[in-house]
Amino acid sequence: MGIDSLIGGTIWDEYSQKVCELMNNPQNMGEITQEQADAMGAKLIVADFGAESCGDAVRLYWAVDPKTDVILESKFKSFGCGTAIASSDTMASLCKGKTVDEAIKITNIDVEKAMRDTPDVPAVPAQKMHCSVMAYDVIKKAASLYKGVDIASFENEIIVCECARVSLSTLREVIRLNDLTTIEQITDYTKAGAFCKSCIRPGGHEAKDIYLVDLLAEYEKEKLGKLADSGYDAPFAQMTIVQRLKSVDKVIDENIRQMLVMDGGNIEILDIKENGSHFDIYIRYLGACSGCASSSTGTLFAIESILKDKLDQNIRVIPI
Amino acid sequence: MRVYLDNNATTIVDPHVFEAMEPFFVQKYGNPNSLHQFASDTHKPLKEAMQKIYAGINASNEDSVVITSCATESNNWVLKSIYFEYILTGRKNHIIISEVEHPSIIATAKFLESKGCKVTYLPINNEGIVEAHTVRDFLTDKTALVSIMWVNNETGAIFPIEEIGEICAAKGVLFHTDAVQAIGKVSVNVQKANIDYLTMSAHKFHGPKGVGALYMKKGKELTPLLHGGAQMNGLRSGTLNVAGIVGMGKAMEQAIDALDFEMSEVKELRDRLEDALLEIPDTFVVTPRTKRSPNTILISFRGIEGESMLWDLNRAGIAASTGSACASEDLESNPVMEAIGAEADLAHTAIRFSLSRYTTGEEIDYTIEVVKNAVNRLRTISSSYAYAPEGHESKL
Ligand SMILES: Cc1ncc(COP(=O)(O)O)c(C=O)c1O
Repeated sequence: MGIDSLIGGTIWDEYSQKVCELMNNPQNMGEITQEQADAMGAKLIVADFGAESCGDAVRLYWAVDPKTDVILESKFKSFGCGTAIASSDTMASLCKGKTVDEAIKITNIDVEKAMRDTPDVPAVPAQKMHCSVMAYDVIKKAASLYKGVDIASFENEIIVCECARVSLSTLREVIRLNDLTTIEQITDYTKAGAFCKSCIRPGGHEAKDIYLVDLLAEYEKEKLGKLADSGYDAPFAQMTIVQRLKSVDKVIDENIRQMLVMDGGNIEILDIKENGSHFDIYIRYLGACSGCASSSTGTLFAIESILKDKLDQNIRVIPI
Repeated sequence: MRVYLDNNATTIVDPHVFEAMEPFFVQKYGNPNSLHQFASDTHKPLKEAMQKIYAGINASNEDSVVITSCATESNNWVLKSIYFEYILTGRKNHIIISEVEHPSIIATAKFLESKGCKVTYLPINNEGIVEAHTVRDFLTDKTALVSIMWVNNETGAIFPIEEIGEICAAKGVLFHTDAVQAIGKVSVNVQKANIDYLTMSAHKFHGPKGVGALYMKKGKELTPLLHGGAQMNGLRSGTLNVAGIVGMGKAMEQAIDALDFEMSEVKELRDRLEDALLEIPDTFVVTPRTKRSPNTILISFRGIEGESMLWDLNRAGIAASTGSACASEDLESNPVMEAIGAEADLAHTAIRFSLSRYTTGEEIDYTIEVVKNAVNRLRTISSSYAYAPEGHESKL
């Protein structure tokens, strides 16, 4: 709700310039035939993902050097909207020159980020994220074909959403990568839950072993688990100042102090201040640490990343 | 060149309509219910506008054509008032609509379903038409209302409203029709068709946005949804939208005058476009021409997802529409394509071109050329037509 939600603009307004250009002029659109692959001395891989009946389908062509596993050429064909075409195109670009094992590591986020005009503005609106997820799925499909393993064994697949064929591992991964917290977001990113809706929660026309609501609960619990490590169950941002000091001290006690003490040093927490969206934690090195050159870089980095990981991403550590 | 072929979504305001409305903004801006000359200045123009609206659908002076804010309001009004009067009181428990009604009917019916009303969604046949006998098949003693649109907004299919009206009248069941896409395209006569309630919307026939109407037969007046200052004889409160009503009256008059033109000239242009598009291989059109309103084509281009077709058309300045996934911002395929049982692969390929009396031959020729180029380009990209080596397993 709110002013921006009341008068729907067109989703096209939210496409990045790059997405538009790729839609108008896809760079890697095309096919690799058996003859062309043979001429390169390469193995031809043709992988399909999605279905026209669901609104998106992509076919990925790879020519892979069988000796080095390097993807020499990568092309696509796509049935889908502008963002599906642009995402497939970007995905095909990203595959080129990589080994198959490297290509498997390309995520939907990599595809989406590569289409951004500016680093912090998404390339496509949320309801189009599934297009980049599809681009990522087809890579896994291609890799499974190349390695000659069944996609099921390769991906350890349990299909949660049969309609959109979205697997448990994809869902778990996409939820964590993008910090998704609602069913609507999951549907936007993966299409899971968009069609027959049986996979959303128990009670649909098909019974499932695991539902989207379970996956959200699982992720929620996992996030809470992180907080529980700090000894408090409220998020850092909602703690009182005393709780914040104590929880920072606890994390340092459990993870860092011992290390420092062994080297004959220590640190002291002086203050925690909110600075815009950041929490600035002021510390002072004691003993051996105070003169140590690495204290301002290596150790500081280690302290900061542990606090971020355990308590809050917006923490900054400032030595005085 | 800019070509507007999305007239089922909304239309250009006829310049005569605009002209007729203009005095009611800065000169004759009085509230018609006040007691002074500013108010009186609006009375005659309002009366004349109402007469034109009545005449346009052949309503009798005893009937009530209540002005609303849009067709959505009119449709909501009918269903929700029937719910209050018949369902909630336990006198009846059931309404019948078709599965291809506009969302302002379907979503309202779904809402009422959640409140305990039984709803039957009548199917369409493979021509995209609701057959009258299906209404008879599903009527029960507990049916309070049948609501079936006159002309479908997606396909232009004309439904057998007179027959359905007769069936309802014979059973004593109330009959509502959403005639939003019928006004100005087919002849609409409420007396000939046993209609109790009829919905219209001015902006679909070259009138302004934000004005609609609900026709109610004498003695069948609905419980109001909007209570307040008792305007419209208490049926719908709220200060009258004077300029809107005047504009709707003028638009109705023009639409009726242009009906012959619509059924000859506009139809001819539509047919020219359709013939040319059907020459492209792997295309198909829903609903035979003779059973369709004169301005609409819903055509499917195999292998081309609807939004990407709109993209290419828009780049060339052409406005058309799709009911499918991407463009409508949800992931459902075109409901009509699904309902007529089109191949699943075609569910996302439908494009609607809807013409108006402002469409020119030159625009149609240009559109034909642009569509042909777009089909070539997009089918080159499409995986549906892509190479696969021998023995390739194409599906997952
Ligand atoms: C058949 C039909 N009914 C109702 C409506 C709703 O009209 P409005 O948006 O003016 O409320 C439309 C418009 O899209 C329509 O085509």
